[in-house]
Amino acid sequence: MPSPLRLCVRRSPASRESGAGVLVTLRLPSDVACIEEAVELVTLHCLAGHDAPTRTRFRLQVVLSEALSNAIMRGNREARDKWVHVRAELGPEVIRLEVTDEGPGFDPHAVPEPVGRERLDEADGRGLYLIRKLVDAVQFNEQGNSICMILRRP
Amino acid sequence: MGFHQTRDASGVAVVQVEGQLIVGNRQELKELVQRALDAEDRRILIDFSRTGYIDSSGLGALVSISKRIREAGGELRLSGLNEDLRSLFELTKLHTLFEIAETPEQALASF
Repeated sequence: MPSPLRLCVRRSPASRESGAGVLVTLRLPSDVACIEEAVELVTLHCLAGHDAPTRTRFRLQVVLSEALSNAIMRGNREARDKWVHVRAELGPEVIRLEVTDEGPGFDPHAVPEPVGRERLDEADGRGLYLIRKLVDAVQFNEQGNSICMILRRP
Repeated sequence: MGFHQTRDASGVAVVQVEGQLIVGNRQELKELVQRALDAEDRRILIDFSRTGYIDSSGLGALVSISKRIREAGGELRLSGLNEDLRSLFELTKLHTLFEIAETPEQALASF
């Protein structure tokens, strides 16, 4: 069965601000079964040509998996007619990852911290917290349906 | 990506997480542990020696599994977490919720 993922890689200056030399875009359906392959593809391109330590690979894999999972389940609510869009600007010093869903958005400031003793037994609510801990900077668009994660290369 | 279940000589149910533990397969792990509990297993070890990464859904599944095992009067141990995987438990403070051993052998000896 052909993969439902649409990958595009452009080796040209993607952004004057970030100084990125490669732009990777990926579109995937709202299906959690696609997450692992999408993470693998984007990580591969993010680290291509760089001697990245395993810690960087691990952080990328976890935060991508989290952001895609949030976009598919909470943003698009797994609607099969909605897509998730990944845009990775890859510079020599910085990786800038944007994950956007087609949902109404949410207020990231309204998400409680999940590490208090009273919340330790909860099964959900750690995704955004983990992203914030594992990347160097996180931004959201005004609508709250697009997260931008910035990782500095070591 | 998958799970491999065995039983050690002393009767502990050992589940190996091979590949990732993420939103796409967390339910499978929960069902596997539930079947073990239904089969009267009360000592369960989940080993991560062959695991790549875990997301928050995977961590959440482990929290649910731990609760179910506790409610059934059983014991859960985790083992084989490398430095990166262990950091996820520490960042989320979940290392205080689980009994974590360095190796499966140490975990089995602790039951």
